[in-house]
Amino acid sequence: MNDALRLNGALVDRARAAADAIADDIQQHIDEHTTDTTERATLRLLGIAGVNEIDVPLVNVVVEQGRELLSGGIMRPFVDLMLRAGKSAQQAAEGVAAGELALAEVPGERRAAAEARAEELAREGVARIDAVRRRRNELVAQTGEAVKPYVYVIVATGNIYEDAVQAKAAARAGADVIAVIRTTAQSLLDYVPYGETTEGFGGTYATQENFRLMRAALDDVGAELGRYVRLCNYASGLCMPEIATMGALERLDMMLNDSMYGIIFRNINMERTFVDQYLSRLINARAGIIINTGEDNYLTTADAFEKGFTVVSSDFINEAFALRANLEPWQIGLGHAFEIDPAKPDQVVYQIADAQLVRELFPGYPLKYMPPTKYMPGDIFHGHIIDGMFNFTGIFTGQEIMLLGMPTEALHTPLLQDRYLSIKNAKYVFEACRDLASEVTFKPGGMIERRANEQLQKAAEQLEEVREIGLFEALSRGMFADVKRDPKGGRGGEGVFHIAADYFNPFFAALREGRLSGAPVGPPPGASVSGEEGGH
Amino acid sequence: MLVRPYGDTRDDGVIQFSFTLPIAYSIKAADVGKQFLERLGFHTVGIAECKAIDPEYTFYVAYGRTDSGIDPDAVKGDYLEVEEMDYYSINALIKEKLGRKLSVVGAAIESDAHTVGIDAIMNMKGFAGNYGLERYPEMDALNLGSQIPCAQLLKTALERDADAILVSQIVTQKNIHVQHLTQLIELLEAEGVRERFVIVVGGPRINNAFAKELGYDAGFGPRTTPLEVAAFLAQEVVRRHEEA
Repeated sequence: MNDALRLNGALVDRARAAADAIADDIQQHIDEHTTDTTERATLRLLGIAGVNEIDVPLVNVVVEQGRELLSGGIMRPFVDLMLRAGKSAQQAAEGVAAGELALAEVPGERRAAAEARAEELAREGVARIDAVRRRRNELVAQTGEAVKPYVYVIVATGNIYEDAVQAKAAARAGADVIAVIRTTAQSLLDYVPYGETTEGFGGTYATQENFRLMRAALDDVGAELGRYVRLCNYASGLCMPEIATMGALERLDMMLNDSMYGIIFRNINMERTFVDQYLSRLINARAGIIINTGEDNYLTTADAFEKGFTVVSSDFINEAFALRANLEPWQIGLGHAFEIDPAKPDQVVYQIADAQLVRELFPGYPLKYMPPTKYMPGDIFHGHIIDGMFNFTGIFTGQEIMLLGMPTEALHTPLLQDRYLSIKNAKYVFEACRDLASEVTFKPGGMIERRANEQLQKAAEQLEEVREIGLFEALSRGMFADVKRDPKGGRGGEGVFHIAADYFNPFFAALREGRLSGAPVGPPPGASVSGEEGGH
Repeated sequence: MLVRPYGDTRDDGVIQFSFTLPIAYSIKAADVGKQFLERLGFHTVGIAECKAIDPEYTFYVAYGRTDSGIDPDAVKGDYLEVEEMDYYSINALIKEKLGRKLSVVGAAIESDAHTVGIDAIMNMKGFAGNYGLERYPEMDALNLGSQIPCAQLLKTALERDADAILVSQIVTQKNIHVQHLTQLIELLEAEGVRERFVIVVGGPRINNAFAKELGYDAGFGPRTTPLEVAAFLAQEVVRRHEEA
C-alpha cells in the first residue's frame, strides 16, 4: 500500500529538510562536547568490566580520577598509563581503583605512541562487536527467522532467573522479541550496576551479566523452536552509550534508544542526552542492533488525537539523528502508538490514518507500534478487544514490531496467562488479516486520507518552526509531549564537557570504518527443527 | 439480605475463573483444575478450557457455583464521603468561602518515574473528559512531575504556602509505595507541619482506608477523575478554613 494515502510529496520533502537542518544544528553541539558516560563507554569498549570493593564500576573510578583530563578524552591518558605500567586495560583500571596507578596529562613525547596504541585497541574493540554481530547472523541463518510483524512482549519480575522462565514461556507462545523492563529509576543512576540481580522494582536491573543470562535462555528456547528470539533492553537514561556497549557485547538485538526521551520523560539534561545518544547509536549501528524510538510516550501525556502530528515530527528528527549515527534504515525502529480515546467515534479510522501515515513516510524502516495504555480499562475483557483493534491496525498498516498490549495493562505486571492470551489475540488477528491491506484502497478524499495529510502538514509546519527556534528552545517550550524542559536544567548536566582542540577518541572513527551491512537472513521459523512433528 | 453472584438465574452463584497451574498438560489436567476449584468450595464446576501454554504450565477457563452469599448492608468501612460537585460549583465554592485561590502541589515521589496518575489529575487536559486541576481558575495547581524527593515536595509546598499536597504512587512492586508514602508522612511530622496541609494520595493500589492508615487525609484508587479530587480538596480546605 505504498502511496495509498496520496501524500503531498512537497510536504514530505519540507518536513525532512527541516529535520535535517535541526539535526545538523544539534550535531554541531554534539561534535564539540563529550560526557562522563561517553568516556566510560569508551573504556568499556576496551573490555574493562568489574567493580571496586564498594561496588563502583571500574570505568567510573577511572573516569572520576581523570575528570580534569576529560576535555581531551580519557583514551590518551589511559592508554599512556597502560603503556607506562605495562598492563592490559583491565589491569590498568584495577590498578587505578587500587590506588597503585594514576592518570596524568600525556607529555608531547609520549603522545604519538599512546595514540597509535589506542587506535589499535579501538580496532580490536570494534572487532569484538563485529564478531558478536557475525554470531547473530550465523544463529539466525541456522535457527530460523521470525515472520514479521515481530511479536514483542515484556518481562518484568525483578529477578533475572524468573524473567528467563517467563521469557521462555512467552517465546513458546509465539513471542519473537523479549524486552526486559528495567527497574524503576535505573535511568537516573549515573553508573551501570554489576553482576546478576534478583531484586528490582517494577523491572530488572540492566547489567551485563543479566544480559548474558537472558541471552543464553533465549538462545536455548530459540533452538528448541527453530526461531531466533530477539532480546531487547534500554540504552537510555544517564548511561546510554555504556548500556549500548554492554548490549553490543552480549548480543542484544534491539535497544530502546531515543534521541530525546530522556530529556522529556526523565528530566535528563538535554546537552548531555544529545551527546550520549550519538555514541550509543554509533555502537548500536556497528552491532547490528535495531533501535526503537519512544514517540509513543508523547501520547500518554499529550492527547493522541490533537497532538498525533508531534509523533510524526519527532520520528523525522529521530530519523535524522539515527542516519547521522550511521544506522541503516532496517535498524531504525521509529515509534508511534495507538492511544486515541476508544470512546471517540471512528477511533480506529483515525488510528489507521496515523499508522498508515508513519508507514508511508518511512519505507524500509521496522516501525515500532505501541499498544493502548492510557485508556485501558480495568475491565480486562473490554481491554482485550481494544488490543485486538490495535493488532488489526498494526497488521493492516504494515507495522513490523508490535509491542503487544496486555488485558491487565495498568493493573499489574503481566501474568503468565496474560501474555499467552495477548499473543494468541495478536497471532489470530495477524493471520486472519494478513493480506487484507493489499486488497483494499483508501477512498480518495476520505477521512483517512484527509486526516493523514493534515497530520503531515502540521508536522511539517512544526518542524519548520523548530528549525527556526532551534531544538533546545522547542524542548523548553514543551513542543513535544506537552513537557517543558530547561536547556541548562535536568540531571547529569555536570557530566558534560566542552572538548579541547586535541580531543582524542579513536572509537568514533573505528566504529564507522568497514562496517558490516544488512539485516540477518534466515529460513522461515521451524524449518531447522528436525524430527518433531508439529511442535507441542 | 444475602446476595449471590448472578449468572443467568437469581441466586445461581455462578463465577467464572481463569488461572494457570504450574503443571504439564496431561489427560488428567482437567480434573486437577476441577478438583482444585471444588477444594475452594465451588460446586457444579465446568472446565471450559484446559490448555498447555508451555510445556510446564496449563491454563484454565472454568465456571463454578457458590452457595455463599453476602449481606451488602453488613459491609462497613472508611469510605471517603464527598458531595458530588461540578467544575463550576467547585470554583464557586472556593471563591466564595475561601476568598483566594486554593494552592495545591502534586508529584510522583521518590523513585516512581510514572507521571500518568498525577498528570491525569492535575494537567490542564485532565482525564476521561474531566479537566485537570490546572484548569480550575480558582486553583493554583503545580505538578512537579515524577521522581520528586519527599524533601523537595515539602520545600515547594512550604514555599508556595500550599493548602494541599497530592502524591501519586504507581509502582507498587514489593510494596515500595508503602515505604515512600510513610517516608513523606514521617518527614512532615518531623518538621512539625503535618497539620498545615490536606494530604492526598492516589494510585492503583490505594484506597481511602489504606491511605488513612498511613496518615493521609484521603486516598483515591484507580479510575478516579480530577473532578472527584477537586471536589474533595475544595470541601476539605473550606471546612478547615471555616473551623480555623
